[in-house]
Amino acid sequence: MITLSGLSKSFGSNHVLRDIDLSIDQGESLVIIGGSGTGKSVLLKCILGLIEADTGSVCIDGTELTPKTRAAQMARFGMLFQGGALFDSLTVWQNVAFRLMRGPGRLPKAQARDIALAKLARVGLGPEVADKMPAQLSGGMQKRVSLARAIAAEPEIIFFDEPTTGLDPIMSGVINSLIHEVVTEMGATAVTITHDMSSVRAIASRVAMLHAGRIQWQGCVAKMDKCDDPFVSQFISGRADGPIEAVR
Amino acid sequence: MTFIAAIGRHFLEVLAAIGRVGLFGLEATSHILRPPIYGRELALALVHIGWLSLPVVGLTALFTGGALALQITAGGARFNAEAVVPQIVAIGMVRELGPVLVGLMIAARVTSSIAAEIATMKVTEQIDALVTLSTHPMKYLIAPRIFAAMLVVPVLVGVGDIIGVMGGYLVATGPLGFSSTGYLRSTIDFLTLSDVASSLAKGAVFGYIAATMGCYAGMTSGRGAQGVGRATKGSVEAAAVLILAANFLLTGVFFSR
Repeated sequence: MITLSGLSKSFGSNHVLRDIDLSIDQGESLVIIGGSGTGKSVLLKCILGLIEADTGSVCIDGTELTPKTRAAQMARFGMLFQGGALFDSLTVWQNVAFRLMRGPGRLPKAQARDIALAKLARVGLGPEVADKMPAQLSGGMQKRVSLARAIAAEPEIIFFDEPTTGLDPIMSGVINSLIHEVVTEMGATAVTITHDMSSVRAIASRVAMLHAGRIQWQGCVAKMDKCDDPFVSQFISGRADGPIEAVR
Repeated sequence: MTFIAAIGRHFLEVLAAIGRVGLFGLEATSHILRPPIYGRELALALVHIGWLSLPVVGLTALFTGGALALQITAGGARFNAEAVVPQIVAIGMVRELGPVLVGLMIAARVTSSIAAEIATMKVTEQIDALVTLSTHPMKYLIAPRIFAAMLVVPVLVGVGDIIGVMGGYLVATGPLGFSSTGYLRSTIDFLTLSDVASSLAKGAVFGYIAATMGCYAGMTSGRGAQGVGRATKGSVEAAAVLILAANFLLTGVFFSR
């Protein structure tokens, strides 16, 4: 279980996160929605410790994440980055097997490659891409490789940062389905941030909306469409008029 | 008053920057000394910084040695001192020009490349990805590059010294008419072990400076293409100035009596 308590983060006078309290149960798939610049990515990076929160705490199964405990806890996490964040200097299979070949429990190269090929196959990529460089792949294929890397070490908790940004609707659907399938079959806890409503409906078991640095609304995905919160209603319908100010 | 306050603020910012670079260098050094050592990254850095820099270092040293021989002959002719060409080429190349030129070439070639590569990795979230894959960026990216530069730049300086002296030899024994054996004997007799040791020590320090500045600029770069560009430019400027300043200090330490 992931518990955020009183999490706040400011950049100068810009208060990005304000006193966030949020719990994510084991095996749950939480999707955090919100407009651009509402602090979704900052929230994810605060949970992972990539950005240090000003106040508040992040606990995993009751253990608070601190700089000292974070390194050990990080082995439980997988992350799919918005742009893929594949390492340019490594081949596709070396990217996927990166964690498997390093650290105390590192595997022999041949075994790590076999696992990488199996994970690539799981996300619909054949062995012919294994020895290519990331720059030789299309955007959709890079997202799949990044997904394969995120699940390679079978983490308990997976974060997805805007998984469908920059993809066409069909490829977005493919990635959404893959995420739903792998999270379900692994039994992992998933936290996704997105403003793509098709992703929300495909991935989420629960939804939280972030607005102006606060959790505006949270509830199960089935209740989202019937929710009477004007912020949620405007966001999911994509209307320009409403309480969320749109810059024209 | 506002003007003085602005100067004061700028001075404090410079001091803070020096402090940040110093702490970064110390942290990087501590990671060099502690396992794990990423062998593949170290080997790649050795090839990139050392082997691939050989052509530019060799050509720079060759032309500088040749020009030095011509200058000393022309200058020495004013007071009948043309005979000291081998000694001055040797001492000039080994004590000063060899290490400094190699250091500046490494700053231009390697510092810029390290800064641009790491800054691009930062902008594209590859550094964050390393952290989420339980890999410390200082240990995986920074320590191998700095360690490799400290190992291989002294070797490049040694090669540059030899090629520079050979440049002087080729000019002196060709157009200037020096005898081949006489030139070589004068060079060998005049150079001391401490000259060579100081040259190699300077190389290690310059390698450390060049790689550290590239890594620091990359890790602290701003966003986007402009951030990468600024990091690259700033790293080369800082490395070049620091190398020249360090050379002055080291020359004072090694050769002042």
